[in-house]
Amino acid sequence: MLNTFIGDLGHLSVIVAFVAATVAAYSYYMAARNQPLGETDASWLRIARGSFFLHGAAVVSVVSCLFVIIYTHRYEYYYAWSHSSNHLPVYYMISCFWEGQEGSFLLWIFWQVCLGLAIIAFNKRWEAPVMAIFAGVQLFLTSMILGVVLLNVKVGSSPFILLRDFLTDAPFIQSNPNFIPKDGTGLNPLLQNYWMVIHPPTLFLGFALTLVPFAFAIAGLWKGEFTKWVKPALPWALFGGLVLGVGIMMGAYWAYETLNFGGYWNWDPVENAVYIPWLVLVAAIHGMVLWQRSKTALRTSFVLVITTFLLVLYATFLTRSGVLGNASVHSFTDLGLSGQLIIYLAAFVLLAVGLLVWRWKEIPVSEKELTTYNSELWVFIGATVLCLGAFQVLVTTSIPVYNAFLGFIGIKSNLALPADQIAHYTKIQLWIGVFVALLSGIAQIMWWQKNDKESLSNSLTVPGILTLLGAALVILLVQYNKLQMSAVYIVLLTTALFGVLANLSMVLTLIKRKVSLSGGGVAHIGIALMLLGILASAGYSNIISKNSSGLVYSKEFPEDINRDNVLLWRNETARMDGYDVSYTGQYFDVPGVPNYVNKELLFRTDDEFKALARAEIKQGDKVYFKAGDTVEILPENTYYRVEYKNKESGEAFTLFPRAQVNEEMGGLLASPDIKQFASHDIYSHISSVPDPRKEKDWSEVKEHVLSVGDTIFLNDYFAVLRAIEPAHETAGLGLKQGDLAIQGDFVVFGEKKSYHVHPVFVVRNRLIGRVPDEVEDLGLRVSFVNVDPSNKKFTFGVSTTQKDYIILKAVEKPFINLLWSGTLLMAVGFGMALVKRRREARAGVALPNTSTPLKAQPSKASRQVA
Amino acid sequence: MKKSHILAIAVIALAIGIIMSAAGDASVYVSFREARERAADGNLTKVHVVGRLPRDGRKNILGLEYNPTLDPNYFAFTLVDTNRIAQRVIYFNPKPQDFDKSEQVVITGAMRNDVFVADKILLKCPSKYVEKDIQGATASVN
Repeated sequence: MLNTFIGDLGHLSVIVAFVAATVAAYSYYMAARNQPLGETDASWLRIARGSFFLHGAAVVSVVSCLFVIIYTHRYEYYYAWSHSSNHLPVYYMISCFWEGQEGSFLLWIFWQVCLGLAIIAFNKRWEAPVMAIFAGVQLFLTSMILGVVLLNVKVGSSPFILLRDFLTDAPFIQSNPNFIPKDGTGLNPLLQNYWMVIHPPTLFLGFALTLVPFAFAIAGLWKGEFTKWVKPALPWALFGGLVLGVGIMMGAYWAYETLNFGGYWNWDPVENAVYIPWLVLVAAIHGMVLWQRSKTALRTSFVLVITTFLLVLYATFLTRSGVLGNASVHSFTDLGLSGQLIIYLAAFVLLAVGLLVWRWKEIPVSEKELTTYNSELWVFIGATVLCLGAFQVLVTTSIPVYNAFLGFIGIKSNLALPADQIAHYTKIQLWIGVFVALLSGIAQIMWWQKNDKESLSNSLTVPGILTLLGAALVILLVQYNKLQMSAVYIVLLTTALFGVLANLSMVLTLIKRKVSLSGGGVAHIGIALMLLGILASAGYSNIISKNSSGLVYSKEFPEDINRDNVLLWRNETARMDGYDVSYTGQYFDVPGVPNYVNKELLFRTDDEFKALARAEIKQGDKVYFKAGDTVEILPENTYYRVEYKNKESGEAFTLFPRAQVNEEMGGLLASPDIKQFASHDIYSHISSVPDPRKEKDWSEVKEHVLSVGDTIFLNDYFAVLRAIEPAHETAGLGLKQGDLAIQGDFVVFGEKKSYHVHPVFVVRNRLIGRVPDEVEDLGLRVSFVNVDPSNKKFTFGVSTTQKDYIILKAVEKPFINLLWSGTLLMAVGFGMALVKRRREARAGVALPNTSTPLKAQPSKASRQVA
Repeated sequence: MKKSHILAIAVIALAIGIIMSAAGDASVYVSFREARERAADGNLTKVHVVGRLPRDGRKNILGLEYNPTLDPNYFAFTLVDTNRIAQRVIYFNPKPQDFDKSEQVVITGAMRNDVFVADKILLKCPSKYVEKDIQGATASVN
């Protein structure tokens, strides 16, 4: 039965959420209007709070309705039909929720409701002006999923649209408007990955968190409180930096594990769209820290905090308006929201820039000139470097926007993104990394002491010497391994090492005083380690599947073309750099069995999600399924077993790179499998395989008349007909009483092992049936054609096909673990700083701002810094 | 001059440098004719070309050449650009899976002698909704 109730309830909740957000924004505005900070008009405040709570309740109701629709497989709704399916486990149903644009907006809205409630609870003094901004943003976001037609203009795209209203022209809808599909079209299998369950919520929480400091800054400008907003906003900004940074790296890890472009970062516009605001947010945090400690950089903090939020809006516009078109592989599909997105972006740009310009002259500026011995100067330069890094990515990523804009005003433009994006971004971002590492080291040391020429050179000596020694050692090791190291790489290596060591020396000193002070240092060590990991894994990634021996039949440009893929025939061993590699068969993922299961053990049935076990499926001693059992399988993914053996050490391991049938992404999609060692990863993926969805091309059947004991050659393999025996009830045969069934028992001697082949001959009601048997390993199929009982002769039909093969690419990625461990350390550092700043903000009363330098009088500790 | 002024000037200079570098590295969408002219002028910078694959009456793509057993890293095909100029393209990598299905192809690379050597292929597949309609229609009616 078509159930329209739940969708109507959901849609009504969206409308309530929208109206309540509008009322909340207006009444918060009225509550704060013409009042100094901390004082409000009580009656307006009551209405405002009430409507924000109502808004929150309505959002929860929207979320619940949408989840119920997905969870109960209500395919009469377009959202459930296009993003979910019957076979999806519950944890992936959560991912379907945000696979679509509407659901991801909803996720974002939901996080901002949570943050809004936290502000109402914890930041009472700022509630009215801050929440006016919050509710304003919620108003725009809920309008994106409103799905209402106003004056012939469609506002928003509702997730509760019925299939029949979406596909109005489809013939099956026209013949039966109450048609409900039995199954959905499923969640894109690429996203059926645990990272995709947690990565989007993390990222959207990060996006939502950038709103908090923005709202504080705007409230500060509005109320004329130019200085007091920094302290309550700083912990939120740190939280945002943590969550967004971790979210970006989760996405990077997912890409590394799942996609096959060969790394964790592809400079895709969608990735850049998050990277840019994160860099600016980190710069903004530094500006706010500078203000907290030295009463400088207040204007900078305003500009950066506001820019961060506007960049998040710009990112939203980029990824959701369809403007990227060909430029990105994974932006959302265009829902026709471009106009609404532009209005949203423009409204906040005008509001923020207008307020800033209006108040600019009133924002206090520090009169004191910073000298070379002020750590503040170097922190400030560091923040500037971060912004320049963001600026480069922004300028290039926006190329499709320039085209769209020029096209809009009637100028034809054919600009395209750089052909070699990696080279383009690297040549600037590498230097950003160099300066970030260097400045973070120097500034961290200077931050905690009174600086003059002597004290500075004293405290820089030890990390400096260690850095030079370490860098020299690494350079020697690199040369020992017969690798080149360019001057630029040497610079990055040295500065990143310095970043680690200088920050480490400071952290070690600080831990003795007070652990909570060392958050900044720990985060900086993390960043420097990430830089080292990127340098090693990207700069020295080594393709080990170089086709050195292969037959090259194209002679056109033999000199400078990299041939990065090798062909591996099934069960034949090939040499690849230092490894012996062989491809030994196709496997499936069977839920309930820990490792992959050989496809030859499974007999596929008409239901593509079920198979019959041909023999015992066991691993170790444990039997999971007996012959003839029905086994559930995940049919989209085929895993190709590839054995590696290191020729030097004799060490062996097995990888299962995957090919996935994925119609949404254009068909067949390869994912890598990665073997992780402490010092490097071996990353390999399939580049091409004979399409598993296509029927094989079998040769014409060749008949052989044999007696028991005869030997023949089958597809170049030696084979013996050992016996003719009654056929057992085996998988898929479906024997009934009265059937006569016999089978031939062949043994075929393959390269690595021998195979039993059992073609079956069945007589049922005088009709003859033949069930051929196939050895995929050998590209061989044998059928039992006829029996001549008088002469004891048996006729077998043999057909062959091309032997199975894969084309493989394998890459060695040195020291990539530095990147992941650096990420964790950075997150820990952010967390420590967050705890410290939150404690300060809650203390309420400002600590005295006098400071006692560490070196001069180490006994008198306690400054309110970093 | 104050330090802040020096810093501001340095930042502006670097920002201009960054814009110049983006302008210098940005590629362009061109036709094959222009790609050939560029190559004839000795300009070997990589360009983007958008095109379609020529098909026969039965929708089979004409002129695909990929024989992995001979050389897995050699794939050649013919692309027809928006001005209907056909050009032989070589891609020194395995043939992308489901190349056959794609409607529109974007390649980056440059002309070398008489062939276009591509180093990147972007495929645009037919809208996923088209196939979904058919799937939905075959499902039974409740």
